Amino acid sequence: MSTGAAAPPLARPARAEPPAWVEAVGVRAGSIVAAFAVGAVFLAATGHDPAHAYREMAVGAFGSSFAVEQTLVKAIPLALAGLGVALAFTMGLWNVGAEGQLAVGALAASWLALSAGGLPAAVVLPGLTLLGALGGAAWALVPAALRAYAGVNEIISTLMLNYVALLWVDYLVFGAWADPTAFSFPYSRRFPEAAHLPRLYGDVHAGALAALVAAAGLALLLGRTRWGYEIRTIGASQAAARYAGIPVRRRILLVMATSGALAGLAGAGEVSGVIHRIQQGLSPGYGFTAIIVAWVAQLRPWAVVLVAVLFAALLNGGFVLQTAGVPAAIAYMLQAMILTFVLAGEYLLRRLRRRRAVAAARALAPP
Amino acid sequence: MNGVTAGRSSHPPPEAGAPNGAPLLALRDITKRFPGVLANDRVTLEVRAGEVHALLGENGAGKTTLVNVLYGLYQPDAGEIVVDGRRVRIRSPRDAIACGIGMVPQHFLLVRRHTVAENIALGLPQEGLLRPARRVERRIVEFATRYGLTADPGARIWELSPSEHQRVEILKALIRGARILVLDEPTSVLAPQEVSGLFDVLRRMKGDGHAVIFITHKLDEVGAIADRVTVLRRGRVVATVPAADVDRRALVQMMVGRDVESTLPRARAAAAGEALAAEALEADNDRGAPALRGLTLAVRRGEIVGLAGIAGNGQRELVEVLTGLRRAVRGRVRVLGRDVTNRTAAAICDAGVAHIPEDRVHMGVVATMTVAENLVLRRYRHPPFARGPLLDYDAIMRFAREMIAAYEIATPAATTPVRLLSGGNIQRLILARELAARPGVIIAAHPTSGLDVSATEHIHRLLLRRREEGAGVLLVSEDLDEVLALADRVAVIFRGRIADVLPVGDATPERIGLLMTGQAA
Repeated sequence: MSTGAAAPPLARPARAEPPAWVEAVGVRAGSIVAAFAVGAVFLAATGHDPAHAYREMAVGAFGSSFAVEQTLVKAIPLALAGLGVALAFTMGLWNVGAEGQLAVGALAASWLALSAGGLPAAVVLPGLTLLGALGGAAWALVPAALRAYAGVNEIISTLMLNYVALLWVDYLVFGAWADPTAFSFPYSRRFPEAAHLPRLYGDVHAGALAALVAAAGLALLLGRTRWGYEIRTIGASQAAARYAGIPVRRRILLVMATSGALAGLAGAGEVSGVIHRIQQGLSPGYGFTAIIVAWVAQLRPWAVVLVAVLFAALLNGGFVLQTAGVPAAIAYMLQAMILTFVLAGEYLLRRLRRRRAVAAARALAPP
Repeated sequence: MNGVTAGRSSHPPPEAGAPNGAPLLALRDITKRFPGVLANDRVTLEVRAGEVHALLGENGAGKTTLVNVLYGLYQPDAGEIVVDGRRVRIRSPRDAIACGIGMVPQHFLLVRRHTVAENIALGLPQEGLLRPARRVERRIVEFATRYGLTADPGARIWELSPSEHQRVEILKALIRGARILVLDEPTSVLAPQEVSGLFDVLRRMKGDGHAVIFITHKLDEVGAIADRVTVLRRGRVVATVPAADVDRRALVQMMVGRDVESTLPRARAAAAGEALAAEALEADNDRGAPALRGLTLAVRRGEIVGLAGIAGNGQRELVEVLTGLRRAVRGRVRVLGRDVTNRTAAAICDAGVAHIPEDRVHMGVVATMTVAENLVLRRYRHPPFARGPLLDYDAIMRFAREMIAAYEIATPAATTPVRLLSGGNIQRLILARELAARPGVIIAAHPTSGLDVSATEHIHRLLLRRREEGAGVLLVSEDLDEVLALADRVAVIFRGRIADVLPVGDATPERIGLLMTGQAA
């Protein structure tokens, strides 16, 4: 552009800029380092040695094969539920009901496991997986239908249904499904062996495969299929989606059902792969942490898996810290810090990218 | 405000067009650079008291950047601003207001739930904590009568029309003591009838010694209201000339840098066969009130029917019913001989109806998605773009590169997000997508509103070419000149019915004006 040559006297000289991928990797790594740095300030201020605490956390999360197994076991429900909410968020549906969908998935799987009697694993395992997914999907379809046909805000309805689902679990584990031998402890009988998910590596159960398959499936769905295109269009602009001829209501139902099904799978995996019974508090808030996981991953399917492992490591590291006299809440604080810094970092990246793109667009604008 | 009265007495009405001593406002050698672009390149502009100074230029010429510098929204990289002979630094809109500069932005900044008086009181320093709007009401009435700006201080913003919002913005600026008023494309939100009302207001302000900077890219407005005109092109001043000394052609040449055909060649159309028909359509608007009340209209193949009317008489609802975005309560819609009443938007699109929507940024494109993805927005579900459930991105990219070249869409790449494109290029993209499949029916809603001369010309040519190829075009436009330039027949809509359909030869602006306001049988 000819105008570019006529530099005005006060104009700043152009800086040499690093390539885009350096920016992208640098900003994200920097966000996480910054979160740990601020966490260190809080640790030091409350009289703990940050270096010692972080070392303990790292050991607790990855220091032994047992630690690695426990971290991966916790990453499975975070990844599955995280993928589910990421899918809904991509379409602009604020499904914050993964915790409830997870619980209903667990209930549905448990029903089969507890009533299967002498059925073989070849029948029970596919059955409880399917039931887990269907349970989560059904629980998500209630707010989906309300949203699609009556315009009810799904943030409120999905959030409230979490409590309904958790109370159903309580009702059953205290009542009809209570373990008769456990003197009113809030859990069910142990599942028969046929209802235990097979293990892949140590304690890591087959749910890990489901999470990887789901991530691959979602990446394919969003990136390469018509549905993915439609979902991204609806998420960006409902008016444009209607204009494009996309059946918006049907897509709301489909996406919420899939989102709920993934959370439901997470629930089925917990009861049949980890605790082998259904109990009160079967999830330490995986469905809520999944929301943070999805955002830190910027809704990208493979990134959800990675962030799920990171957050699972934080949870495990936090438990280890507790034994060293440091409150486990430090893990939650770090999760929140990471979310905050990653979102701030994404904002920074967007501005950097925008500047680049605007410059490119302007340089190309016709006279 | 006292400043205004004082300012008025010290600035006697000027003799027509004559220099009036020192300018009230001078911008000297303003340079503003954005990454990769020089938005203003040593721009010098002098504005006198008692003049309307038009700032003319195509989209992207640097008009808005310049007034944003003047209003303190951008800091210039170089240059100086002189108000009333004193050099000033304007770091924020607050500084600008203190210098007597007022701005009426293109997109109004009003609190919708508040009243007119509350909006105007907002930000006035001396208003009390309780009922801040009370004292300002008297002043609103006073200014409103002086300048002919009728406004009800107690009315809430959401109850008012865009033209009334504009009046409130002007009042707000005047009451804050503006002697220099900047209006950024003020007529883009107005119906033709309302424009003359605005011009009356500007003339009164001018007579009162105010200076008005009037940003536009419409040439007729320069002749109608401006005393002098400064033309910007690619960030530089081309010339400042008295408006009376230049004709339309000279202005276009200055703006565009070349001649543009002002009347497009048109082959006599051989209109034959029905392309689109609406029969006794009835439909409700978003609030559930009847918007279409038995509307009947037909468009033949190979003709353009212009739909003229004042905004809000059912144009939007008609377009939505015809394109499957709104349900018809009664009546039928036929496209190329097939009944498509209340079919889905996808089905009507597939039946051969192109739709160039009114809201191009929010409906016509998905701003965050790429140029290539937007180019298949209405056809992604068909081959070659879809293969079963998968999308063929190679085919999409090939198609995109073809369209970018054929329709001269200025974009760095097919993978650039559409939000980075200018309005004219977004519209080219929409036209490329809608016209590439050679639709038999084209429904174009305000296809050139807000676009500059060359983009408008490009779009007019495209519509005329498709008409010659046998498409039936329904052109909905508030720009009567556009309707008269393109249409074979002009249908006038009034309160949800077609008041009359005139051959373009019989359609004089006067006759259409009477039909638009329901005054003719």
